[in-house]
Order: sequence, then structure tokens, then C-alpha cells
Amino acid sequence: MLLKTHSVIPGFHLALGFTLLYLCLIVLIPLSTVFLKTTTLTWEQFWLAVSAPRVLASYRLTFGTALLAALINAFFGLLVAWVLVRYSFLGKRFIDAMIDLPFALPTAVAGIALTAIYANNGWIGRYLEPWGIKVAFTPLGIIVALTFIGLPFVVRTVQPVLQDLEVEVEEAAVSLGATRWQTFYLIILPNLWPALLTGFALAFARGLGEYGSIVFIAGNMPMVSEIVPLIIITKLEQYDYEGAAAIAVVMLIASFILLLIINLLQWWSSRRYH
Amino acid sequence: MTNALNLYLPQATTEPRWVRYLLISFTLIFLTLFLLLPLIAIFVQALQEGLTAYWTALVEPDALAAIKLTLLTAIIAVPLNLVFGIAAAWAIAKFDFTGKSILITLIDLPFAVSPVIAGFIFVLLFGLHGVIGPWLNAQDIKIIFAVPGIILATIFVTFPFVARELIPLLQAQGNEEEEAALVLGANGWQTFWYITLPNMKWGLLYGVILCNARAMGEFGAVSVVSGHIRGLTNTMPLHVEILYNEYNFVAAFAVASLLAVLALVTLVLKTLVEWRVHQQMQDQT
Repeated sequence: MLLKTHSVIPGFHLALGFTLLYLCLIVLIPLSTVFLKTTTLTWEQFWLAVSAPRVLASYRLTFGTALLAALINAFFGLLVAWVLVRYSFLGKRFIDAMIDLPFALPTAVAGIALTAIYANNGWIGRYLEPWGIKVAFTPLGIIVALTFIGLPFVVRTVQPVLQDLEVEVEEAAVSLGATRWQTFYLIILPNLWPALLTGFALAFARGLGEYGSIVFIAGNMPMVSEIVPLIIITKLEQYDYEGAAAIAVVMLIASFILLLIINLLQWWSSRRYH
Repeated sequence: MTNALNLYLPQATTEPRWVRYLLISFTLIFLTLFLLLPLIAIFVQALQEGLTAYWTALVEPDALAAIKLTLLTAIIAVPLNLVFGIAAAWAIAKFDFTGKSILITLIDLPFAVSPVIAGFIFVLLFGLHGVIGPWLNAQDIKIIFAVPGIILATIFVTFPFVARELIPLLQAQGNEEEEAALVLGANGWQTFWYITLPNMKWGLLYGVILCNARAMGEFGAVSVVSGHIRGLTNTMPLHVEILYNEYNFVAAFAVASLLAVLALVTLVLKTLVEWRVHQQMQDQT
């Protein structure tokens, strides 16, 4: 890496050298082992490992539940951000601080707490049971857990953008005869799209890899409620490292593509506002 | 005329009262169901057989060993990622070099990796069938299913926290103060110690708080490398899992409640630091 402009500030080589060394030792070299491991497989073996019916079912489940949870979070995240920025009410600062609870609470703790609430005899589960709705130990439970885990992402990406929106634009819209709904739909929402999409993508990406909160509430039945990370762990426990690595590579590639999309979205939204 | 305008304008950029109340109540119901209820459930479940049962679950030797291991892991992982975060932020924010945006993306990489895969890569590297596992075994060094593996996996998952707080902060602050110090004859360390560090201390603290919360609470990655040996390689989240799977719910939720308290303390500290940063920014402008 080459310094582009001369600087009087010292320590470039020391700081960058340490950064790169640490990055390689902790992240890049360990991550490369997954890709190396799959090279011991032939294409047919790789394909067989990543396309077994039980594995395919887990992709459908993981991607489907992560997508639904991210959609729920996009809707409620926008609502929560709107209410927190635009209105004042009792306990607003407390609510604002609590939004980050899913970031701070260990996932395993969230998992057992949600299971306790949504089990047949739980606080919410017992009222859903007579309606024939089972949440704990079904795919619905996974969506509940992922909604909990992903909530802060959308709120925290939309909130600052909403805060910086200029009220003058809305006043102009109103003075030109727009209704409040038209102002929201045609003026405010288009400005929020990049942030909303970024939050959605972040929640979705987090949902794809989530493990701790899900294993307790999912029931983990093969073909029905078994997520991809759990399949990787099962293969590991059977010492099928190659099979586990093949599935891990599929998930890593999906995550990297999402990371790329998120970076592009952030670049798009920063270009829009600055 | 002005009176009519004043009456009209506030309404123009907000919603009718009933819409506002509807949206606020809808939000509060949603957050109560999804955030507050799980939190309350932890403490209710933990205390349902009284304080004695709660206390017994916390002071039992395996629980104490889990608490100690969790603290040890955080004490090693957080400072290492702190030093890395400062070095990365210094290099990225203070200098202009090719490949900078790639480096920033690579630093964020651990956030995109599933915790399970984060644990798995260390099994592939150091496990008995791993890349250097056989050699380590010959030297009688155990990393996987032992404490070093737990610490390594934790360092991996908490890797970006401090760096990603400090990089934008240092970028926003610019180089003028450091350049002035250097021109006045300070050396590099003095400049860092007296100028940069005080300027970034709140951002630093913020990153450390988040990093620590994740380090103490990590489950997936640690679960893969731990081997679940009671009293030896169980962190608090893993101990919660074992107790829960043994249907020892009171004890599981008792240990979980400690982690929940940690989460609440994290939120309080985080809010205080955010408030302080906000104040600092207002002072500057």
C-alpha cells in the first residue's frame, strides 16, 4: 500500500503494518482455511454436500425467515424511528435507549427468554394456543427471534436521516397543496429509501448467520426448522469437516455479496446527502 | 392573518392528533411485546423459586468458573481489539493511501460472518484434523476445546467494534491539531498522547463498551470451539445453555439474569457516553 500524499504526521508504517498483520492473523488467514478445505473436495462431492435435500430445506428456511423478519423490521423500524424523531411523549428517552437491547443482550439469553414467552404455557404463547398458532418450536419462532435480533438495525439507520430532513421541504409541499399523506409518500419516503434499504439489508445479513437466539426457539427439526448454521454444527460433530466447509463457503459467499450491496447502498445514501 | 398562519403551520408538518396517538401506541405495544417482555421474563423466571434458589445457582462452582472464564476472555480480547482499533484508525484517518476503502471493508468482514463459521474456521486451523493441529498436538498445545480457542473466537467476532467507532471520528476531526503539535516540536507519541487520545476518548469508550458486551455474551462462535467441558471451558452463555438443556430453568435464567444486567449496564453507559459526545460536539460549534 502506497502513501498518496506526503504527511508530517508520523507512524504510518507502524500503524498500517500492525493493522495488516493483526487483520491477517485474526481474520484473513483463519477465513481462508474454509476455502482451502473445500479444495480437497471434487466438484461432484462439493455439489452433493451443498445440495442435499436436508441442506436445501435449511437454505429455504434460513433465507425465508431472515427475509420475512427483515421485512417486519423494515416496517416497524420505520415506525419506531418516525415516532422517536417526530413526536414527544412520556418515556421517549427510555424507549430510545432500549432500542439497542438486542445488540447488548447475549443471543442465548434472548433465545431462552423468547422461548419462555412463546411456549404453550408462556405469557404470550398461552393466548395464541387456543387459536391454533404455535410459535415456539416452529419456523414462526425463528421469525420472532430474528425480528428481535434485527430491530435496532433499521431504527438506527433511518433515525439519523429522518432527523436531518429539512422541514422546509415539507412546508413547501404543503403550501403547494399536498396532503399530509402525499407529503410523506412523495417527499419524505423517497429520501428515506437508501437508509431503509441499508437497515433492511443489515438486518437480513445478520439473520442469515444468527444462531444463538434461534437454536432454543426453533425446535431444530430436520427439513422443518433446522437452520444452516445448525447443519454446519451437526456436520462438525460428525467430523464431516469437508461437508461443513462446503456449506460454510456457500453461506460466506452469500454474506459477502450482501456486504458488497450494503457498501454500495451506504455509498449511494452518502452521495445523496453530502 | 398571522394568527391564522400560526394555527395552520404546525399542523402542516405533523399529523392529526389521533394519527399521532395511534402511531405512538402502536410503537409502544410493539416494543413492549418484543423488547420489554423478554427482559422482564428473564428476571421473573430466575426468581420464581425465591432468592435462595437464585443465589445457589450463582455461587455453585461451575457457575463461578463460567463467570471467571467470561471475565478472563473479555480482559484479553477487548484490550487487543482496542490496540488494533487505535492503530487502524490512525492509519486510515490520518493518511491517504491506495487500497484504503478495501481495508475498511475487510475490517468489517467479521460482522458479515456467521458466529458458527467464525468458530469453525479456528477448528479448521487448530483442531486435531486442522492445518497446524497435528503439529500443536505433538507439542502438547491445546487450542480447540480449550481456553485459547474461546479467546481467539471471541477476538474474531469482536474484531471491528473499536475500529469502526474510531475511524469516522478521527476522519471527522482532521489533522490540523496534530500538525500544529508537531510543528511546535512535539514528537509522535506526545502528539498521540496529548492531542489525539483526549480528542477520541469518548468514541474509544463507546467502542470498548460495545466490544465488551459482545465479548462477554458471544455464544455461537464460542460454542463451536469450547467442547462444553463443565468448570473448564464453559463461558456464561454456554453455562446457560447447558443448564437450560438439563431443564434446570431457574438456574439457567439466574445466570442469564446476570448477563441481562450486564446488557442493561451497557445500555446505560452507552447512553451516557452518547450524551457526552453530543455535548462535546455542541461545545465545539
